[in-house]
Amino acid sequence: MVASILPLRLEAVELRKRGKHILGPLSLELGATGCTILLGPNGSGKTSLLRLMHGLERVRRGQLQWAAPLEEARRKQAFVFQTPIVMRRSIVDCIAYPLLLDGQSRSAARAEAADMAARVGLHGDLARPAFVLSGGEKQKMALARALVRAPELLFLDEPSANLDGRSTREIEAILQSLKADGTRIVMSTHNVGQARRLADDVLFLNEGKIVEAGDAATFFDNPTTPEAQAHLNGDLIP
Amino acid sequence: MNDLWAGLAEALRLVLRLDPDLVEITIRSLQVTLTATAIAALIGLPLGAWLSVNRFRFRRVVIALLNALMGLPPVVVGLIVYILLSRAGPFGVLGLLFTPTAMIIAQVIIITPIVASIAHQAIRDLWSEYHDLLISLHTTRAQRIKALLWDSRRALLTAALAGFGRAIGEVGAIMIVGGNIDHATRVLTTAIALETGKGNFALALGLGFVLIALAIAVNLALHMLTRTERSSQW
Repeated sequence: MVASILPLRLEAVELRKRGKHILGPLSLELGATGCTILLGPNGSGKTSLLRLMHGLERVRRGQLQWAAPLEEARRKQAFVFQTPIVMRRSIVDCIAYPLLLDGQSRSAARAEAADMAARVGLHGDLARPAFVLSGGEKQKMALARALVRAPELLFLDEPSANLDGRSTREIEAILQSLKADGTRIVMSTHNVGQARRLADDVLFLNEGKIVEAGDAATFFDNPTTPEAQAHLNGDLIP
Repeated sequence: MNDLWAGLAEALRLVLRLDPDLVEITIRSLQVTLTATAIAALIGLPLGAWLSVNRFRFRRVVIALLNALMGLPPVVVGLIVYILLSRAGPFGVLGLLFTPTAMIIAQVIIITPIVASIAHQAIRDLWSEYHDLLISLHTTRAQRIKALLWDSRRALLTAALAGFGRAIGEVGAIMIVGGNIDHATRVLTTAIALETGKGNFALALGLGFVLIALAIAVNLALHMLTRTERSSQW
């Protein structure tokens, strides 16, 4: 039995950048299973919270604690950015890159990357430069790269924000299958419909604070705060 | 205008006849410049990458200094290297003055800031693009530098070629430290200076055209070897 890096505990965590208050103070606990969706208006702190949990932002106030040593926790998580970061390499080499970092041989890493590309539905010549991919394909490639190390925890920052309906559906199908396989997912989205389809629980943020948190069914059926009610109704948040 | 045509004709004549003196100084020019470029690339490219990914006190000062050194006057570099390598200088015991090695040293000093500065600019842009990904993948500093160097290799080739271009056309410093000694340290640029001084303009221009052709040929060869244009985009 491999030890889990979860739960992740945040206690009174705050984020400030150049003197500006961005997030917190907030406390939460991420359990070992399910899909947590971060909802909230622009600038509410969804991306900042994801980045903070993943280690892209430094915690200066409060505590962030993994159930495993930090090194191990870092290795067992991955992040998919809203705008996919495309390395100046072939598609297969972009996906294989994390495996090369782990010391795998190029041929073994490429073979594994090709399998992962097929799993996320990336077909065609994988030796092509990655920049030739469409927006949806680039996001799939980024997802494949994030998954190639088989992370226990996957952060996604609005992964389908710039995609059309078909690509969004494909990404969601991949996420559903990951959920079924036991990958812990934490994702931000603006799309309430997508949140309903994927969420097991929801964190609703506004002005850098968690305004409402709970299981998805309760949140969507009976939001308790005026901000969450307004957001779900598509109204402007007071 | 007549001088130009005469120079072109002289260049053709030298090349077609495979003039032994021309072949000798052309090979020496290439040896000195390519060696200097390789050494400058070995120093300058990692230095550019290191400056891009590291934050330290006085970083901006170091970068500004590096940029300023791009305009280092070759004659001054030649003079300093001359003093250092002369018999009375600290490295006089090595007996390097008036050898191709001294010319390589001077050229390395002149072109390393150019290579490092252009590399730094290219890698800095790529670093801002890759930053979040490389941090997210939990890379070490060495892994970051390696990825940035590899993925900006075509821009770095341009940096190396800019260094090569500066070095192949350099005359002031290598004249001082090399001495323009026939069959020892004479290269195309110092030969051109010598022939111009003697009023032998046709031969000087001929050598000049050979020099230009050589610079273009090396650039084309490197671009073809690295398939820069075929893989275009990056």
